[in-house]
Amino acid sequence: MTDLTKLGVKAIRDGVREGEFTAREVATSFNAAVAEAAALNAFVVTTPDHALAAADAVDAKRAAGDELGAMAGVPIGMKDLFASRGVQTTAASHILEGFTPEYESTVSQNLWNAGAGMLGKLNLDQFAMGSSNETSHFGNVSSPWRKEGSNAAMSPGGSSGGSSSAVAARIAPAATGTDTGGSIRQPAAFTGICGIKPTYGRCSRWGVVAFASSLDQAGPMARSVEDCAIMLGAMAGFDPKDATSLKMDVPDWESALSADLKGKRVGIPKEYRMEGTDAAIIASWEEGKAWLKDAGAEIVDIALPHTKYALPAYYIIAPAEASSNLARYDGVRYGLRDLPEGSGLQEMYAATREAGFGDEVKRRILIGTYVLSAGFYDAYYNQAQKVRALVAQDFEQAWETCDLILAPTTPTASFPLGSLNDDPLTMYLNDVFAVPASLAGLPAMSVPAALTPEGLPLGLQLVGKPFDEQTVLNAGLAIQQRSGFDHAPEKWW
Amino acid sequence: MSVTKQEVAKIAGLARINLTDDELDQMVPELNNILAWVEQLGEVDVSGIEPMSAVIPNALRLRADEVDADPLTGGGKRDAVLANAPAAEHGFFGVPKVIE
Repeated sequence: MTDLTKLGVKAIRDGVREGEFTAREVATSFNAAVAEAAALNAFVVTTPDHALAAADAVDAKRAAGDELGAMAGVPIGMKDLFASRGVQTTAASHILEGFTPEYESTVSQNLWNAGAGMLGKLNLDQFAMGSSNETSHFGNVSSPWRKEGSNAAMSPGGSSGGSSSAVAARIAPAATGTDTGGSIRQPAAFTGICGIKPTYGRCSRWGVVAFASSLDQAGPMARSVEDCAIMLGAMAGFDPKDATSLKMDVPDWESALSADLKGKRVGIPKEYRMEGTDAAIIASWEEGKAWLKDAGAEIVDIALPHTKYALPAYYIIAPAEASSNLARYDGVRYGLRDLPEGSGLQEMYAATREAGFGDEVKRRILIGTYVLSAGFYDAYYNQAQKVRALVAQDFEQAWETCDLILAPTTPTASFPLGSLNDDPLTMYLNDVFAVPASLAGLPAMSVPAALTPEGLPLGLQLVGKPFDEQTVLNAGLAIQQRSGFDHAPEKWW
Repeated sequence: MSVTKQEVAKIAGLARINLTDDELDQMVPELNNILAWVEQLGEVDVSGIEPMSAVIPNALRLRADEVDADPLTGGGKRDAVLANAPAAEHGFFGVPKVIE
């Protein structure tokens, strides 16, 4: 029998439907692969029983001749930012260690309703704050990839680093991610997989641990564009419990997939040619243009003049929202409580938060508190929100001459764990190409393009108009068909 | 603009996070680096630009005026609400004594 862990979402779903194998066989194979891969540290907790129970339900439905859902029989990894009923949900923090939700997030519930099962809760940067998966309370996640001739542990990207590592290592066919300023796309690029952040509002934020609410969006991470289209379809949809949820029908992205880009104009933003970008990245960008042209698209030059200001604006807006969102961790309602002998309420708050938050989380809460404080609000926060409006305006103007934007996902390939820890700013710069689309709420995807001479994956980013995930996915498919990227990391774990 | 150690201590107090003296010393240059870098936003001409409040225009909805319209977020869930509290007592969240 074929090794079932080599299969993606579509192959598993179709195979289960056709009766080539059972959902239980699939879940058993992936549970075993997860158990063998502890060295990656991709999971905070594993839930083999959840995967088996979901699989058995699918097999029973099939035996009864019932219709199967879009994700039927597919066991996935769930980023530990989604609340899961009865299963510890931590956001990779100490302050939520042991927190066991009484409810299920809308996105995860949608996936279970579609027939998916859960292999476990995936590690991430603490509260999704980080670009290398080195800020988790539960330890760094390793990428399955290594540089040629080196044993150094590489970063899987962040914050969805457990997700990217697990999918690239073939211990999960797909995983959920969340993207606030690149947290789906950057890890996907670092590990040679696909990941799409849909238009803001497509996926419900209800039951997702909040970081920066005006930016947070969930999305799928998988090894093919088709798999992303299927899984996004299962995750998305209107949810009255999220005030920013889009009240729109979810298109059938899977059946409308087409790599024919005739009539589409692809914009190339000159501002993304930044100093310090790897030569290999520029080369893969050029290749990407040629592939899209070959698929029938017209390539046009565009300008996004406020690009360089997007990242600093993000590092005011996101920490400001985080400082407000994370005020809820007070040692009263859930999670950790640190009550020093003889102390009162205020001391309890401060001691709990000191013990429960990691350094990067504290840093961002402090920045957020500062930029929102009296006297600085206008100079920092309001200015950043105005710059954000200009960044969004750049895109609106660009849509007058193009239908889609092609750019690199990251300025470099993955780096060794521990190599960028000296200065938070250097780490932030990783998301320089990802953040503008986040600020504007636009759908954006990373697809694998090539390997560097050192054998590390590189991604290309596609950014679309609001609500036009289809064009993004179609262009992703055109790249996938032409890059022929089917590299897998060599197993060392 | 830059911050002093005293100012960082004050911000940490507002954010209700205890920081040790060593942590404060480490945090000051890190925050100042970040603040110096975001300073470049001051170069941008924002005259006549409204601060963005929503990325996707989306009017706020009113829910139906129904009790427990969504059972997940409806009432009658005291035990579930308290299930993860570090010190739930007598059906309430327990906190240290606030009033003498």
